[in-house]
Amino acid sequence: MLVAAVVLLLIKEFTVSPSQFAQTTLIGVTNGCVYALIALGYTLVYGILELINFAHGDVFMLGGMFAITFGTRFFNMHPGQGIALIPIVLATMILAMAACGAINAGIEFVAYRPLRNAPRLAPLITAIGMSFIIQDIGLAWKGPEYVIAPDVFPHSNVFSVGGVEYPWNHMLVVLITVPVLLLLLYLVQRTRQGKAMRATAQDKDAAAIMGINVNRTISFTFLIAGALAGAAGTLYALWATSVRFDQGFQLGLISFTAAVLGGIGNLPGAVLGAILIGLIQAWNEGLPWHMPGSDWTESIVFGILILILIFRPEGLLGERTPEGG
Amino acid sequence: MTATVAHGALGFRRSLRARWNALPERTRIAIAIGAEIVLSVLLFFVDHSLGFAAITITAIYWTYRLPLLPWRLVAQLGLVAVYLVLGPRSFAAVLAIGYALTWVPERHKRWVYPVAALALTALYPFYQDKMFTIPVFGAWPDVFTGVVMLVFMMMAVGLNIVVGYAGLLDLGYVAFYATGAYTAAWFASEQFAHTRWHFGAVGVDPTLPGIHVSIWPVLLVAGAITAIFGILIGLPTLRLRGDYLAIVTLGFGEILPQIARNGDNLFGTGVNLTNGPNGITPLDPPGFGHGLSAATGHFLPANFLQCCNATVLGHQIESEDVFFWFAILLVVFTVFCSARLQYSRLGRAWIAIREDETAAAAMGIPLMRTKTWAYASGAFFGGVGGAYYAVFKSATFPTDFYFNISVFILCMVILGGMGNITGVLVGAAFLTYLDQEGLANTGSWINTNIHVGSHHPNIDVPLYSAGIYGVIIVLVMLFRPEGLIPSRRRAAEFHEGVHDQPLYDLEHMGTVESS
Repeated sequence: MLVAAVVLLLIKEFTVSPSQFAQTTLIGVTNGCVYALIALGYTLVYGILELINFAHGDVFMLGGMFAITFGTRFFNMHPGQGIALIPIVLATMILAMAACGAINAGIEFVAYRPLRNAPRLAPLITAIGMSFIIQDIGLAWKGPEYVIAPDVFPHSNVFSVGGVEYPWNHMLVVLITVPVLLLLLYLVQRTRQGKAMRATAQDKDAAAIMGINVNRTISFTFLIAGALAGAAGTLYALWATSVRFDQGFQLGLISFTAAVLGGIGNLPGAVLGAILIGLIQAWNEGLPWHMPGSDWTESIVFGILILILIFRPEGLLGERTPEGG
Repeated sequence: MTATVAHGALGFRRSLRARWNALPERTRIAIAIGAEIVLSVLLFFVDHSLGFAAITITAIYWTYRLPLLPWRLVAQLGLVAVYLVLGPRSFAAVLAIGYALTWVPERHKRWVYPVAALALTALYPFYQDKMFTIPVFGAWPDVFTGVVMLVFMMMAVGLNIVVGYAGLLDLGYVAFYATGAYTAAWFASEQFAHTRWHFGAVGVDPTLPGIHVSIWPVLLVAGAITAIFGILIGLPTLRLRGDYLAIVTLGFGEILPQIARNGDNLFGTGVNLTNGPNGITPLDPPGFGHGLSAATGHFLPANFLQCCNATVLGHQIESEDVFFWFAILLVVFTVFCSARLQYSRLGRAWIAIREDETAAAAMGIPLMRTKTWAYASGAFFGGVGGAYYAVFKSATFPTDFYFNISVFILCMVILGGMGNITGVLVGAAFLTYLDQEGLANTGSWINTNIHVGSHHPNIDVPLYSAGIYGVIIVLVMLFRPEGLIPSRRRAAEFHEGVHDQPLYDLEHMGTVESS
């Protein structure tokens, strides 16, 4: 019913203004790519520890700050660099990924590992605490204002068909996200380390008996998740050209919704969910005809989160898991 | 590691106590009196005041009824502090009260500490301005802060029912707080200007538009509506597992403030429910009306805001003092309900669910109904607290209801000790004080007194309050997960672990879809 209503609404929107519909859809895909990178971090960690890593969104925010700092300090990043931009952005991103990976693994070591055998709620509570701490680290480091990033991505259009424009700065986000996702998929599904991760996620004791170093595998997972957050932070900072210390938590929650929507613990699901959430957000904010508008984006996203958790806690692609009873 | 250290310290204390108890009665008294005399003499030299020595020796008879030597010395030092603060005359009164307390029969002994704490709190407005300055923290909180502390104590005790008793992590408690506050605002302001309904409101011009109901029923209504709201949230969500429940409550906690923020024009229909970012202000003042006030000889104030021309014990009573005393009444009510619930049939069911959901279900406890009751009770107190706070501030703004507040209240429960009312009260009072005054005072102390060479830091400490709560949460969970003043039962759960696999997991263990 609800789905049908939404589809009808979208068709109506399309007929009202096809070009604007296409435009917002493209924006949504770009949004979704950034969300996908963050959502994968949530999903990886949840898959292995069944823990919602609340601090993840804030690590993402730190990633943006790292990218701005590294890019301007070390690589003299500035607008209009032409083709030289590619290695600079890649180097910045790799540094930010390394830093965020290290921080995320450090969070696991400090706040989650000692509580491995505590009641389930204990690490969840420390996760919230760590989130606040990291936010304030960002605040102490960069202050309460927006940190402005150099607007390096070119704004010229990739294509412009019938009033639908797709600028390069959006295209670049997609272009960088896709290989990162493929790399991650390869890592988890084809490598030995990925096999260890999957085994640990299924059954820690059995994995340990099979000779897998469970703690190291978990640390590695947090490292990967943090690196993804770093990549997402870099792209977000360069694309939106500003980051603020308290943005991470909000965007993190939206991405977590995406992960739940796709089926938490499921990698392709997280990407699918993220694209969907990105589209929903863009449509809600950009379409002309009777949309609630950006004032209600959070309510809509969290409404989706609640509805999914209640009616289909396994998500779109997840297997039927027992949470829903 | 920490466990063994704690055990060692405990063992040392135990052996010391055993040795002390092994001494003959007369020796023990002699040692106690000797120590006290030595202390008195030392104090005498410290301040050159004859008063000290005399008073401490007078206090000996009273103090040696206390059970243990260390406590006697603490009591002695406490008496000196009281003397310093109050001066000789009031001190004599305190001493007399203390002496009278020794005659309280054994079976009523457990009431001594609560009643004493209550009396000290209730009298706080009278001696607040006479208190000494605390090092680092500065002056004692003023009465205004006291009201805020009491409101948050009430809400923390409410949240404790959900988190501490029933073990359900609620990250959206602020939603209940907001519901209570807005309900109060709807029933006691000019928000709905197209209607005019007056019912016992005091200090309001009867021609004023809007709904104006006396604050006392409004508090109850706010609690009831919030409880219903809690049930509505709970019914679909409470069957979810712990962390999913947490995230759903968080979702509600995010949606509600947004509704408050955008509620001046709901979905473009022009319905103004919350007045948007401007908030609803002013609210009607609480009071009892002139009739009741006159009937009680002006003991009950007619209107809190036009209060009071009385001077009691050299203290001019202000309206915030009256708010303070009624907040105390609300806290006492909350604590009473919470304590009675704890060992009721329902309370024991909550604890059973917290410790082992499967076993509880097997024993015939209806899981959904029991959990929903926990939600409703917690929500009720959150609602009443929120309503009273809104009336006290005479305003509700959507900016009061951010996620930080939920975590802030959760932090109080965790710091004080989940499941223990005393702990939660202390945690709430302390953290609210920090939030309202303490952090600013500490910050200015740090900025003036700590320096590297000639460089003074200039840290805006209150800016980092969220991070400070984060540090508190993490440290407490890592090193003392049962809180500072733990309930014995909860401590055992944290240290021995519980079987808290939820019911629905049993047949699916290990099949969680992996990455």
